[in-house]
Amino acid sequence: MLVVNDAPTTLDLEPRVSLLDALREHLHLTGTKKGCNQGACGACTVLVDGRRVLACLTLAMQVEGREVTTIEGVGPHPLQAAFVRRDGLQCGYCTPGQICSAIGMVAEHRHGAASVVTDDVTTTPDLTPEEIRERMSGNLCRCGAYNGIVEAIVDTAPAMAEMAPALTPVPA
Amino acid sequence: MTTTTPAPAIRPAAPSRPRPHAPESGPWVGRPVDRRDGPTKTTGTATFSAEYQLPDLAHGWLVHAPIARARITAIDDAAARAHPGVLTVLSHLNTPRLKPSPARPSLLDMSTMVGGTRVDYLGTDEVFFDGQPVAVVVAESLEAAQYAASLVQVDYAPLPATIDFAAAAAAGRATPVKQSLGMPTLVGSVGDADAALGRAAHVVDLHFTTPGHNHNALEPHATTAVWDGDRVTVWDATQGIDWFRKHLALRFDVPVESVRVIAPFVGGGFGGKGSVWAGTLLTVLAARVTGRPVRMALSREAVNRVVGGRTPTRQRVALGADADGRLTSVIHEAVLRNSPVGGGPEQVVGASGDLYASPHVRLVTSMVTLDLVPNTFMRAPGESTGSFGLESAVDQLAHDLGVDPLELRLRNEPETSALHHRAFSHRRIRELLHVGAEAFGWADRTPGGRRDGSQLVGHGLALAYHPAWEFPANVTLLLRRDGTALLRCGFQEMGMGTATVQAQVVADALGIPFDAVHVDYGDSDLPIAPNAGGSTQSASIAAAVLRSAAKLRRAVSQLHQRPGESLAQTLTRVGRDVEVSVGSDVGVGAAATSVRFIATTLLNQRRWVRAASGAHFCEVRVDADTGEVRVTRWVGAFDIGTVLNAKTAASQLRGGIVMGLGLALTEETVVDGRTGRIMNAGLAEYHVPTHADVPHIDIHLLDDPDPTMPLGVLGAGEVGITGVGAAIANAVFDATGRRVTDLPLTLDRVAP
Repeated sequence: MLVVNDAPTTLDLEPRVSLLDALREHLHLTGTKKGCNQGACGACTVLVDGRRVLACLTLAMQVEGREVTTIEGVGPHPLQAAFVRRDGLQCGYCTPGQICSAIGMVAEHRHGAASVVTDDVTTTPDLTPEEIRERMSGNLCRCGAYNGIVEAIVDTAPAMAEMAPALTPVPA
Repeated sequence: MTTTTPAPAIRPAAPSRPRPHAPESGPWVGRPVDRRDGPTKTTGTATFSAEYQLPDLAHGWLVHAPIARARITAIDDAAARAHPGVLTVLSHLNTPRLKPSPARPSLLDMSTMVGGTRVDYLGTDEVFFDGQPVAVVVAESLEAAQYAASLVQVDYAPLPATIDFAAAAAAGRATPVKQSLGMPTLVGSVGDADAALGRAAHVVDLHFTTPGHNHNALEPHATTAVWDGDRVTVWDATQGIDWFRKHLALRFDVPVESVRVIAPFVGGGFGGKGSVWAGTLLTVLAARVTGRPVRMALSREAVNRVVGGRTPTRQRVALGADADGRLTSVIHEAVLRNSPVGGGPEQVVGASGDLYASPHVRLVTSMVTLDLVPNTFMRAPGESTGSFGLESAVDQLAHDLGVDPLELRLRNEPETSALHHRAFSHRRIRELLHVGAEAFGWADRTPGGRRDGSQLVGHGLALAYHPAWEFPANVTLLLRRDGTALLRCGFQEMGMGTATVQAQVVADALGIPFDAVHVDYGDSDLPIAPNAGGSTQSASIAAAVLRSAAKLRRAVSQLHQRPGESLAQTLTRVGRDVEVSVGSDVGVGAAATSVRFIATTLLNQRRWVRAASGAHFCEVRVDADTGEVRVTRWVGAFDIGTVLNAKTAASQLRGGIVMGLGLALTEETVVDGRTGRIMNAGLAEYHVPTHADVPHIDIHLLDDPDPTMPLGVLGAGEVGITGVGAAIANAVFDATGRRVTDLPLTLDRVAP
């Protein structure tokens, strides 16, 4: 039993089924993409209780009782329109992961998370293009639409910060 | 009276020049309208080939040979078959053979060239490369198929294999390639380049190496197939719907009309989805044998092992120049690799016959044959790696002469192509250098670099160059009495924005609003579109759209069109819709199209040189202690002829440059020289550029139509990647004084 895009969902799965395959193959929520199945590309990024998670490295069993939000459940979101306006996509295969990742990234930032390019980790840095690039580097785009993606996030970051959920501490 | 030659007019860059227009009226061509597939892709509703839901769907998984050359001596699939949910295990022991690939490809039917390899998968006990599929497990679930594949035991008797590219090339095993008529330049000579080099006042003679690369489009190759009697429907990740359809018909021995290929959205290709590889064939085969719909989505590792990549290269570029820096000799030699079961040469040396003036030119290409998965085209095949050699050598010559590398290029700007003495249809390299230099502030830099704390800062420049081609395209165009239009054409949307830009072309051609044009695509039931390859698709389809619009205008004019009446007004008044078609998919019409295509291509090649071009300017920061290279600034000025959509064109060019950053800095397919195994067949080990690697890329477009291409379009998909490797290597040279001639520019090569 888990909640997917606000809908309580019961699944009967083998223990080896990943969250990604549960979404794609069992719930037919194919907006979440499989690019590498080894946590290297970010195409499968979804939000679990508001935090960004790689669905390919998460077993479906691990999200028992938790809230999963996929690209099908984030909208309508201003970042989606900004991606189109800024041409932050070409083939579109990495796009759902980029959008979910950006939403989770802004929530992390709002809660004070530093990054490796943050000079002073005792303060929360502004979400500059440099900070965004660093924090989004887990999401690959082989078409090279990175400029537009960063511009779309810059455009939308203030609105996203207001929408960001309160993050609870990561369960031990 | 004295006259002075005016400096060439420099047209401002398109993105900063809004065209005058009313919101709902044309011209639409050129405007940076949003891509139409944007909303479906940002909401997760665009459906890719592994995502079609079919009842009773079964899943396939490949078993790969872990050896480069061998014969299979035994296969034990009992454990796999016993695994719950497994339907069957297919191998050469139990599987009907496919018809062979055509032995001799024909220009008249280019689908004959589309087989990625000549291997008779599951029809032979012979292994030709590591990773070759030797069995397919089909199961009720993805998990069962994947796990059961690991239970299949295959025994092999090894055979001798040749694997090591550098060793084979050094041993003199390379065979010279012959130039084929109509194909890109691989070989050519004018004058006596070696003698001229011997006499030259200044000589640069450098050897370069570039490694193999893999496309690694974010969407792994995936196929879903279902048979209904002798008819099959195939959802596939393909760059060439029609060629795939014809190839499948041939291999499965069914009429072409019995095969339907559907591919509206493809998650990136870059050439890797331009040929029919094992995954497509074996999914269709598994569906036929089991009688079930079958999906096979390849793993990332499988994509790297069964789909070819870019050939590694070894190059020699020798330039001779007089005291003023004018080239007297250009020699470009390249050694590439293919495989006994496929692959072919790339135009590594081609641009060296066009880019600069020189009375003496010698271009040579040769190949070694290695027992690896065949090489295949990858974004700007040849031009992307060859430009690294040529443009690095030109930079070195400028340094040796003490001349600004921009000035040296201006001095060697040709009137006609050096190799063939052919006219350029359109050449704007001087303007590109000026536009790019001004935007970058090239004149303000400190040549020889400067130190900023622990970083060495340097600047580099290189030219970009990619030939323009045109292929036949068939379309139908319908104009309705309500003023809306429908364009039908069987291309696929792979990120180029094809549906968007062709709707812009239709809107202007018919004088109707952009939003009134609908485009149907992505299905072999539609008129035949050209392959998405060679940066040809936009120009080729635009040519057909313009012809269809002219035909439609003629048809409407015969409906007693009144003076001053628009096409749609006439149709409204007479109460009719009008549909026209251009090109024929079958029969005599199709054959005539092929013959005309070959004749036109050959004629055009004799008349002029047509190419998209560009000038890259970049800044790098090199860590003085570690040698880590960061690219911090980029300006690219491009001549792609007419700009159909300033937004999507700039994105394509940026995309090429980003892939070029990977080529320059991180990308390398590493093959174990003992086993032939790709050692980094995944995105954790094969490093493509990430967000943090890519600065803002400033694109400038001349937007100057080529007078000989349809609508003046030269193609934007590949020119962006050419020259990028050299621009960065030249900037690293400027920063550090080290001329690195081997890609990628990793720390060990750059560090002091």
